[in-house]
Amino acid sequence: MSRIRNPKDFWAGSLFVLVGIAALVLGSRYNLGTAARMGPGYFPRILGLLLIALGGVIALRGLRTQGIAIAAWRWRPTIVVLFSVVLFGLIVTYAGLALSTVILIVLASTASSEFRWKEALISGILLAALAVGVFIVGLKLQLPIWPTFLTG
Amino acid sequence: MELFNHLALGFSVALTPINMMYALIGTLLGTLIGVLPGIGPVATIAMLLPTTYALQPVSALIMLAGIYYGAQYGGSTTSILINMPGETSSAVTCLDGHQMARKGEAGAALATAALASFFAGCVATVFIAAVSIPLSELALKFGPAEYFSLMVLGLIGAVVLAHGSLLKAIAMIVLGLLLGIVGTDVNSGVARFDFGIPQMTDGLGVVSVAMGLFGFAEIITNLESQEKRERLASKVKGLWLSKDQFKAAWPAALRGTGLGSFLGLLPGGGAMLAAFASYAVEKKVAKDPSRFGKGAIEGVAGPEAANNAGAQTSFIPLLTLGIPENAVMAMMVGAMTIHNIQPGPQVMTSNPGLFWGLIASMWVGNLMLVVLNLPMIGIWIKLLTVPYRLLYPAILLFCAIGVYTINNASFDVSQTAFFGLLGVLFVKLECEPAPLLLGFVLGPMMEENLRRAMLLSRGDPSVFLTRPLSAVMLAAAVLLIIVIALPNMRRKREEAFQEE
Repeated sequence: MSRIRNPKDFWAGSLFVLVGIAALVLGSRYNLGTAARMGPGYFPRILGLLLIALGGVIALRGLRTQGIAIAAWRWRPTIVVLFSVVLFGLIVTYAGLALSTVILIVLASTASSEFRWKEALISGILLAALAVGVFIVGLKLQLPIWPTFLTG
Repeated sequence: MELFNHLALGFSVALTPINMMYALIGTLLGTLIGVLPGIGPVATIAMLLPTTYALQPVSALIMLAGIYYGAQYGGSTTSILINMPGETSSAVTCLDGHQMARKGEAGAALATAALASFFAGCVATVFIAAVSIPLSELALKFGPAEYFSLMVLGLIGAVVLAHGSLLKAIAMIVLGLLLGIVGTDVNSGVARFDFGIPQMTDGLGVVSVAMGLFGFAEIITNLESQEKRERLASKVKGLWLSKDQFKAAWPAALRGTGLGSFLGLLPGGGAMLAAFASYAVEKKVAKDPSRFGKGAIEGVAGPEAANNAGAQTSFIPLLTLGIPENAVMAMMVGAMTIHNIQPGPQVMTSNPGLFWGLIASMWVGNLMLVVLNLPMIGIWIKLLTVPYRLLYPAILLFCAIGVYTINNASFDVSQTAFFGLLGVLFVKLECEPAPLLLGFVLGPMMEENLRRAMLLSRGDPSVFLTRPLSAVMLAAAVLLIIVIALPNMRRKREEAFQEE
């Protein structure tokens, strides 16, 4: 892989090409129509071709120009942050806003290298009270406060 | 005289207690996120969009607009006091503002920033009102071909003035356009690129895309880099200017206002560009340029006036033409669409209360920023002492609640997380997310106008070149690309963004 001198450009370009190809392949199912009466497939095809062309040039440039390496991806923050949010979305109607908030805050806090259990828990409880106050009492959003298996 | 009638109508809307309250909430929130690093106006507007469903459209827009110009204000405060711009548009203010603070002139620098911003805000309000009428009259004459070309010009202009690789930015626009047309095609009823997921037949949500790319990705990259924040908060005393300082500052503020008002009009313009350009101008016209970077008051007054003027006049293309010119304006399009308002020249005639009310609210909001915020600087600075490890989970929580409550659907949250992941990838690959967001909101409009233009021309693409206005706009777009691609200009452009 020593040929890739500008990995950021090379991989970005490759990504664009890939998405462009996907757009063409998936979009081939949609009726193209004519230039005067464009079907649902017309505009996506233009965009797909454009994306492949642009991505191709960018990727080629990645082989020719000098650039710095892509920064290492430390996976922990990405996984923890995104997982905690997705989990919140999945449980909030069953577990209620209060409990879900505490879980989100404590879980998300572990993404930081300065994580402290006690602090995260206190912050979670305080934010749960704030969230219930603002969103359920104040803005009257239709969300349960407490877990539905407790309140029935 | 017509102008004053319009403004009078605007103030009668903006000065109702409820709208004043939302202007206040908006500007306070804006200041808050301007002060806090790691969350910008785009993510904040995305976060708050869902809560505006129940509001009157005008109240919602007043609040969201307040976030944008309030953020300029908050960003300059941290620039001056701790040499850390909360927003990119106030990065220049660091150069001389923080030096003034080090010399013990923090109060004067803050007062300059506030007064220059307020002055610029007043002028920009009148400027918007004056320019909007002729512009939207012009826009009403536009056919689909002109609209299509205008969008091309707008999108190209937006990336030319952004920093980073031009080609990558254009590719990001195309990717955005592609994401924008996901969902049911209005003409044929065909669900496109929905991967068989029923929730995706309505298309991707602007809140999910923006919050993922701008909110989550930012938090994750911040956590990765683990930057330690330096705190050099200086004592603030005497929030006022001496006579000499005032004399030095006001011409700079005047120039900054003019420059900012004009640059805000251009696609891709807005607060950041205006601030950088104004700093360059002040340095050029100064008798002794060597004072800059060592606490020259002109270096604060000019850019601060310019960024506020630019922030406000960047609403003009949105309100009169329906074309967002930066990522924040793209969010405003999202907000208007949620409230069933199609942005464009017809807003002014069909909904004058909303149009003029929003403009007048900017003046009201600016006044609030000066009167209420100046004494509150101490509180804002205190907030900076809250460690990031406590801050980011709270931001995540409000994001999660916001996006969940759009449809009460966990699918939306997962979708946002997906865009968060994509956003981190873009950061790694140095692809700017802002062009993608612009493309995303313009995607459906662009396709619609392309279709109509081609239908009217019976499939002849030369229509874009034979209609004079359309041809001029396309030519301008091509010219922009050529100019930027020239080696000489490319170097200049890179230099211009070096100071960041």
